[in-house]
Amino acid sequence: MTAKTGGAAGRPAAAKTAATTSTDRLGRLLALVPYVVNRDSVALGEAAAAFGVTEKQLIDDLNLLWCVELRAPDPYCPIDLSYEGGEITVAEAESIARPLRLKVDEASALLVALRMLAGIPGLDDRDALSRLIAKLESAAGTAAAASSQVSVEVDAYSGSADPDRTGLALLRDAIARGRRVHLSYYVPARDENTERDVDPMRLLVVEGNTYLEGWCRRAEAVRLFKLDRITDLAVLDVPAQVPDDAEPIDVDAGLFRPSPQDEAVTLELTPRGRWVADYYPCESVEELGEGRLRVVLRTPDTRWVRGLALRLGDQGRVVEPGALAATVHDDAARALARYGMT
Amino acid sequence: MSRRKTERLLNLVVCLLATRRFLTAEQIRRAVPGYPDSDEAFKRMFERDKEELRELGVPLEVGSDQQGGGGEEIGYRIPPQAYELPDIHLTPDEAAVLGLAARVWQRASMAEAASGALLKLRAAGVETDVPTAVGIEPRVNTQDPAFPVLWEAVRDGRPVAFDYQGIGRTSMSRRHLEPWGVVSRRGRWYVVGFDLDRDEQRVFRLSRIVGDVKADGPAGAVTVPDGVDVRRIAFDWGDPVNEPRPATVRLRRGAAQGPRRWAKDVRPVPAGELDGAWDGEWDEAVLTFRDVDRFAPYLARFADDVVVLDPPDLREAMIQQLKSVLACAERPARPADGTVNGS
Repeated sequence: MTAKTGGAAGRPAAAKTAATTSTDRLGRLLALVPYVVNRDSVALGEAAAAFGVTEKQLIDDLNLLWCVELRAPDPYCPIDLSYEGGEITVAEAESIARPLRLKVDEASALLVALRMLAGIPGLDDRDALSRLIAKLESAAGTAAAASSQVSVEVDAYSGSADPDRTGLALLRDAIARGRRVHLSYYVPARDENTERDVDPMRLLVVEGNTYLEGWCRRAEAVRLFKLDRITDLAVLDVPAQVPDDAEPIDVDAGLFRPSPQDEAVTLELTPRGRWVADYYPCESVEELGEGRLRVVLRTPDTRWVRGLALRLGDQGRVVEPGALAATVHDDAARALARYGMT
Repeated sequence: MSRRKTERLLNLVVCLLATRRFLTAEQIRRAVPGYPDSDEAFKRMFERDKEELRELGVPLEVGSDQQGGGGEEIGYRIPPQAYELPDIHLTPDEAAVLGLAARVWQRASMAEAASGALLKLRAAGVETDVPTAVGIEPRVNTQDPAFPVLWEAVRDGRPVAFDYQGIGRTSMSRRHLEPWGVVSRRGRWYVVGFDLDRDEQRVFRLSRIVGDVKADGPAGAVTVPDGVDVRRIAFDWGDPVNEPRPATVRLRRGAAQGPRRWAKDVRPVPAGELDGAWDGEWDEAVLTFRDVDRFAPYLARFADDVVVLDPPDLREAMIQQLKSVLACAERPARPADGTVNGS
């Protein structure tokens, strides 16, 4: 199934909250000093960008450093700081000239991500990856331990035993050289093999699966192609031409975003059919008691729901639309006739 | 955001890093500007400040040294070697991979932790704006509401309790778990641990947890047994019980593209071999399967475009699957308001 751009987001995007508590700000200050010390001097704009704040906020932070003064027991020399002419310099800040150690959460966020990258087949930066993991583990010390208790698996799809001939390797090469590709692509929702020329944009690993994002010349739109559904792939000797207004798909908002124009399908599920609510993005999920569910899906093409209903058997059934339920009934009756059952 | 508070905390860190001796609360109060005069107010504020420093990951050491002015009284200090991030130098290719890793958690609940880590590494002199040659952007979603609490419980070794609605269950049940780890496959998160109700290791899917996950004991109460590999527990279901078997099927010409992708020995069925019940053109092919109960529902998807000829148990399973679809479809839909239509 190719995901669509546009449409209403199925799930609310996590609100990006501006980190402005005094603790967050202290954390920033404790990183800012070593950041400048390690570089001798840094332009205001560059530092602001690195810390994700405005120059005004940064100057406000720097002014706080001036306030460091200890009265007793050892009177402390104030930090010598300047941002004259837009260049920050810091001196006399020995005690906080090194950044704070990584917290368990911080070390884990990076190490879990790196080990996940190591699971992606066809990655030729594997050497850098293992060196980096070793360096981070050593720098994080005991904070690294908990990271082994979190793991993200990536489905090891390669498409070929020859590492240079995998779909992934060919597509990376096509992207690097800006080449158009030709795909034979299986669309399970319609049980169709399709042929299309695609101008590749990037490769994504989302929800454990690898996708090619590209400008599909057949659909004249940005589409995602799941690599394990590409049955044949050729890199063409034609330059890729991605239109300037082709927007990358916001995969963080969810891969499948139904549009309000899509048809609504209501299913009733038995306790054993509850998995449907886990696997398909549902517009609504209603408990009917005793573990039964009523779910509403939205889809531009109901053909795959027919297949789903046949696969569900006694685990669930289509309630609405009635015409779709009747089609499922007819599908099952025709199939039974092939077994001599009517 | 309180500017004065940030200023006080900054002074507190500098003060405690600069001292070799343990400083008593009273000494700290005299050294660090910004604490109130009232003893009670100072005590409360100092307690909160210590908590904030710990949250930030500042290693606050508590103790006393006889030689110092503090005598037996409890004091505080920050040992620089425990505070400071050790030297770390990255080659450009390592830095590129680091940038890639930090973006993995974009908009997910670990994202903040990843950018915090990146900030510290930048502060240590690492350049992270290195363009990546990898050409792949991996993303991890942690939108399950239970994820942050379970990760913290795993990190802190804290037992948890939650309501769980398992597949095939007619009701939720309260589960008490010593969590060992959280793992993800195909975008779905699972928590692995020791189920105190069932007295054995279990795996729970986060999306099936109903409501809040509650702490059910103190931090440090959970010990992960030696040799536990949470990935294997979650995903290694052992060798398949059934040996692969061949199935002979008929596939309608031009249809059933899914099974055709791995069908073997595909050959057209001569028209003479098809009696009147077989409309159109057909191919015969061999598909390999292990589990009848999984394979029959999969093939049923293709309705009358796929027909199983052999083996008999798979054929029978197909018939039962299709009959159950008919039985479900024929059950009249119950009106939403509970009344019966008088048609």
